[in-house]
Amino acid sequence: MSVQLRMSEHIVPLRIYITIFLALLVGTGLTVWAGGHDFPGSLNVIIALTIAVIKATLVVLYFMHVRYSSRLIWVVFTAALFWLGILFALTLSDYWTRGWLPIS
Amino acid sequence: MEHKASHPALQHHFENLEQQREAGTLGMWVFLVTEIMFFGGMFLAYTLYRTKYPQAFASASNHLSLPLGTINTGVLILSSFTMALAVYSAQTGKRRGQIVCLALTLLLGLTFLGIKAIEYHDKYVDHLIPGRLIPGRPFDASGVHLLPGAAKQNVEMFYWIYFAMTGMHAVHMIIGVGLLSVILYFAARGRYGPEYHNPVEISGLYWHFVDIIWIFLFPLLYLLGRHLEH
Amino acid sequence: MKAPETFEIPAAARVNYINAQYGLKSWLLTKDHKRIALLYLGSITFFFFIGGLYAMMIRLELLTPQGDFLSSTTYNKVFTQHGIIMVFFFLIPSIPATLGNFLVPMMIGAKDLAFPRINLLSWYIYLLGGVITIYALLAGGVDTGWTFYAPYSTTFSNSYVIAAGLGIFISGFSSILTGLNFIVTIHTMRAPGMTWFRLPLFIWAHYATSLVMILGTPVIAITILLLAFERLAHVGIFDPAVGGDPVLFQHLFWFYSHPAVYIMVLPSMGVVSELIANFSRKNIFGYKFVAFSSLAIAVFGFLVWGHHLFVASQSVYAGMIFSFLSFAVAIPSAIKVFNWTATLYKGSISFDTPMLYALGFIGLFTIGGMTGLFLASLAIDVHVSDTYFVVAHFHYIMVGGALLGYLGGLHYWWPKISGRMYPEGWGRFSALVVFVGFNLTFLPQFVAGYLGMPRRYHAYPPEFQVFNVLSSAGASILGVGLLIPLIYLVWSMRYGKRAEANPWHLPGLEWRTASPPPTENFLITPVVTWEAYEFAPPEEMQVIGKFREGTDLDAPIIGKS
Repeated sequence: MSVQLRMSEHIVPLRIYITIFLALLVGTGLTVWAGGHDFPGSLNVIIALTIAVIKATLVVLYFMHVRYSSRLIWVVFTAALFWLGILFALTLSDYWTRGWLPIS
Repeated sequence: MEHKASHPALQHHFENLEQQREAGTLGMWVFLVTEIMFFGGMFLAYTLYRTKYPQAFASASNHLSLPLGTINTGVLILSSFTMALAVYSAQTGKRRGQIVCLALTLLLGLTFLGIKAIEYHDKYVDHLIPGRLIPGRPFDASGVHLLPGAAKQNVEMFYWIYFAMTGMHAVHMIIGVGLLSVILYFAARGRYGPEYHNPVEISGLYWHFVDIIWIFLFPLLYLLGRHLEH
Repeated sequence: MKAPETFEIPAAARVNYINAQYGLKSWLLTKDHKRIALLYLGSITFFFFIGGLYAMMIRLELLTPQGDFLSSTTYNKVFTQHGIIMVFFFLIPSIPATLGNFLVPMMIGAKDLAFPRINLLSWYIYLLGGVITIYALLAGGVDTGWTFYAPYSTTFSNSYVIAAGLGIFISGFSSILTGLNFIVTIHTMRAPGMTWFRLPLFIWAHYATSLVMILGTPVIAITILLLAFERLAHVGIFDPAVGGDPVLFQHLFWFYSHPAVYIMVLPSMGVVSELIANFSRKNIFGYKFVAFSSLAIAVFGFLVWGHHLFVASQSVYAGMIFSFLSFAVAIPSAIKVFNWTATLYKGSISFDTPMLYALGFIGLFTIGGMTGLFLASLAIDVHVSDTYFVVAHFHYIMVGGALLGYLGGLHYWWPKISGRMYPEGWGRFSALVVFVGFNLTFLPQFVAGYLGMPRRYHAYPPEFQVFNVLSSAGASILGVGLLIPLIYLVWSMRYGKRAEANPWHLPGLEWRTASPPPTENFLITPVVTWEAYEFAPPEEMQVIGKFREGTDLDAPIIGKS
């Protein structure tokens, strides 16, 4: 058969939904607490983004069932992140190197 | 599979419900890819200007209401949870649970929008709506406490990015609320069960996605730079 | 597995998608991908001739060095509108929305696209965008150039930027929906036996195009939206007054608009792959290379946009990266050209109209691509930036590439689409006229540009006149060459010879159903047991769901002679 992307009709147990929900709330609390705390360097940004990425990953994997989905869905999702990466990396390659060349 | 071929929800050009479901789910995911790129443009602008004007962005960000932002984050996460439960109820054939969860999700979505409206109104009162978005009421940053090194005009840049991103997010919330109303209507009429619930599922995907956007907007817009206040 | 059994189809089966239903409503509310393709065909033809009208005005103005036919402001509007109409309302939807819409389901053995209602919606969205843009043109026009660069477009221009931008923003969604539909259809709706490497290369090309559509178009959508707000309310991401950077607009704009060139040319490459293989009656040389080079172009196409910013205060380090990557995108394009050429080798080539267009495509695309490498080199680009060299280069890609592929494909599948043959003699004649006219129009522009003639001015130094006279003369020949097919294709819909199911005697799935096909494409779901471009002995190539022999409506068996 050509249709190879069998989507699983996996039913995620309630227990997992509740765990994820609680983890998301804890993450929100943590990020608010960390936001008001003065960490050295740009650690504040790193902490805030790390927590956000973890929260988003939990939503994607469990609420959106990607963990139980076909490979195709994984590919689609990572493709989006990859292209977003292209947009960021190449644009910033311009902005973040503009100061390198001293203009006389 | 033969019995599925006669399911009333099966569209004529699909072989069976399984194929229809795959197409629907994949279609929504591909659509979400376009949404990621759509918001990506604004996230890029944010990254660029925040690294360029960190002090101004922190000053402007600190003027946003942290309690309201935090509550809204909680509301949205809770709505994502109830949405996941709605899908779960559809999958397991719990019709009552499905309707209750969908209604709760809808209600929480409206709550989010209500709180957002309060925040927007506060900004309006403080003359913090950028440019000439409100005719005859120009932007005025004098109410914002400027951190050392922050230039006034860059504060306006932050507020435009804030309104553009949260505004676009709110538009997506409104679309989501509309979508859920339709789903709720059909759920109440008993259309979705263990055999056929793809519309609930893909509306859920959309709803969670809008939640994820907020999960990033919240720290970027409300939190970064809070610590400089002390 | 053997091909499906012969059986007699009741008279009702001769109903095809065109005569299945009558009346305006049956067209405007259709969910049949073939009818939607025809709706698109009509609308893009309309926009093509509007865009062509502007092109004629440009060439007329440039006949003499003085700006005597159009004032400079009018001229600004004319070339802007030529670009907007041609790019967003003709080239981008051209092949995908017409030929792609018609053929993608048929080539993979599906009954329709995955989301027929969304397909119809995309046409209406396209139309709405078109109407708003036409309103902008009629109300007073736009003069920013099709690139809408800030800050001119946000602050200084006194023309209808917002309306035109809104039109493009809206029509972008039609492009997104088409791409989404194709991707889902190709993934989930292939007929039994239709594996990925049995797909016609046309499908691979459309898959790659759809990738660009869904990944690029949202970025231009948000960019144009931000631009419109900035113009409307002076809020500013691109406004230096609040610390914004106008060059960010160029980055975001070209992130889409450079890959958009691949939206135009990739489907055309798909058509040409079909034509070269089928009219040489040979399997394509290096099928997998041609297939994957489409994907490679879609990916690399996103890595090169910065070569439009070499002289726009972009960092030289970024410039070096973009220059290198722009050279890299030549690799998959070259793979295609070489493989097409190798396919021709020892093939039994027939020079029918579609093949003439395909061969023209290879030559013109090669010139367009090679001159692109000039522009990708940092130092040469500084010399030729914003000159007619650039204009000539991208017309070789967009017209010599995209348009020729479109015309070739339209002729090739015309028997399938309309059920009638086009007049072959006229077809070959007009293909020749288009080729000559095109080259006469744009070759001199390379020279003029290289000698320093800038683009976007209505007047120019007299020493460039000879090139412009040649170019304008070529444009009139090209215009005639494009009018001829319009006339004879319309004529053939009524008076053309009736087409058999498989007039070219080819193995592809779309040729194994009637011409024109029934609404559901195939009377029974096909089972694919052959490779793409597998030229089996004619008696083995069966029409799926045979029609009764000896009737004049459809010739049932291929090669029965």
